[in-house]
Amino acid sequence: MVLEKMDGNDSNEKDRKILAEANIFFTNLQKLFNWGRARSFWPLNYGSNCCPIEMMASGLARFDIARFGYEVFRSCPRQADLLVVAGPVTIKLRPVLERLWAQMPEPKWVVALGNCACSGGPFKDGYSIYPGADSILPVDVYIPGCPPRPEAFFYGLLELKKKVEQTDYSRYDEWKKAKKLAKKEDKEVRKRREKEEERL
Amino acid sequence: MNVIENLFTGLGAMIYDFLIWLTLPDWLAAVILLFLKWLLIILVVIVDVIILIWLERKISGYIQQRLGPNRLGPGGCFQTIADTLKLMGKEDIIPRTADKVLFVIAPAMFIIVAVMLYAVVPMGKDMMIVDFDLSMLFFISVASLGTLALFMGGWGSDNKWSLMGAMRAVAQMISYEVPLAFSLLGVVMITGSLQFSEIVAAQENIWFVFLQPIAFVTYFIAATAELNRGPFDMPEAEQELTAGPYTEYTGMRWALFFLAEYTNLVAVCLMCSAVFFGGWHGPAFLPSWAWMFIKAYFFILVFFWIKWTLPRIRMDKLMEFSWKFLVPVSLGNVLLTGVGLMLFR
Repeated sequence: MVLEKMDGNDSNEKDRKILAEANIFFTNLQKLFNWGRARSFWPLNYGSNCCPIEMMASGLARFDIARFGYEVFRSCPRQADLLVVAGPVTIKLRPVLERLWAQMPEPKWVVALGNCACSGGPFKDGYSIYPGADSILPVDVYIPGCPPRPEAFFYGLLELKKKVEQTDYSRYDEWKKAKKLAKKEDKEVRKRREKEEERL
Repeated sequence: MNVIENLFTGLGAMIYDFLIWLTLPDWLAAVILLFLKWLLIILVVIVDVIILIWLERKISGYIQQRLGPNRLGPGGCFQTIADTLKLMGKEDIIPRTADKVLFVIAPAMFIIVAVMLYAVVPMGKDMMIVDFDLSMLFFISVASLGTLALFMGGWGSDNKWSLMGAMRAVAQMISYEVPLAFSLLGVVMITGSLQFSEIVAAQENIWFVFLQPIAFVTYFIAATAELNRGPFDMPEAEQELTAGPYTEYTGMRWALFFLAEYTNLVAVCLMCSAVFFGGWHGPAFLPSWAWMFIKAYFFILVFFWIKWTLPRIRMDKLMEFSWKFLVPVSLGNVLLTGVGLMLFR
């Protein structure tokens, strides 16, 4: 009976109203999965300077990251979703960080924690430091501070949660294209790294 | 009271009668009923695991003076569902150099072995899938099959950490299998049977934990090591081995390992309450299956408590503890039981 009234297109406004009157609601799997994704970031156990100390503090009794369900710090990148780049990224660290990033399964996110990871901080012009994690990784959320307080870290994670809920991860064709591109880029990155190694 | 007591057994009989009424042959009705029972077991296992993971996160929080998950639903009880959804959506990575067949089979085998344990574990009075005279032997031998799955996973991943974790798992599980079997031997000597229903029936007047206190303690310690739970979680020691045999597993494959570990935990605790704590016997205001699960959940909570209180012990100390302490003690218990039986029977 409901179907007879409809125009046969469940995305248009009038049909939706008819459906809502009959207590039928449509959602998509995408939203359901994003709901899950946004509520269970498992960060990688990674850190290189003083920011990780704040990250550790956020897991302890006073701040308790577990309230949001983000407390499962995995030491293996294969089971982690979130790379929290805490601390400056040095040239020596780059291959390690790139490898960790490559080992994490999709969908995955990067959070730059602290001034050094956001922009290089006080070491911006240093001979061995990259000016920010975004020069090598696709950073999703920047959390400034030197170091940021655990509250700031939580705020950053909640911002990431909003972002994840709005993102469409189902675009398979684009993903395919991106993968092809990434392969090409991999070669370029390798070439660049080899050049850099030669230079050093 | 009788209705609640016979809820599941009566339902089974009704379904069987209905199938016979549909003029199905006896064997087909029995097979269909068995299939339905398995579905129920799998449902119980999955619901149990969802509750347990939430409970463990919550309890670990309370033990460390934190709150634990509390944003999703009342007390954060939907946290596990969000995690499961996320894990289902993760990319499935199989390393290029991995032994693909072993890598793929290992998690499935681990969970199959874990669910197989429920074939003999009693869940209440007359509530066993199969109740045959060697059910305890079946339990012990099938439980040790899980080691093989872990080793397959560790070997198949072609990763240093995986292999080392798998080797540790094998060493640990084989050495703790011995005191586990010996501690159960004391109970078997008293009842003279390897059948779970008879062992539980023999505890109508006195629970075996009072007759076999040493056996209970050795069983509990050995079971902790068998389950790879803290303080004996050497195979997946995070600080040294990243994630042990599970290092290369992503998404649902890893989740299957996790599911199987909790499934094993419930099975071992059900077994513990059946063998040492009177199984379904208890005051009559609750049905037998409720008593069974109340006791099992009590032991699960004790396992959580131990895991989040004690630090992990070193690998060589772990082996020493098994071979130099637990095995002699459990053997001594067998001797003591024999002497006791000679004197008092």
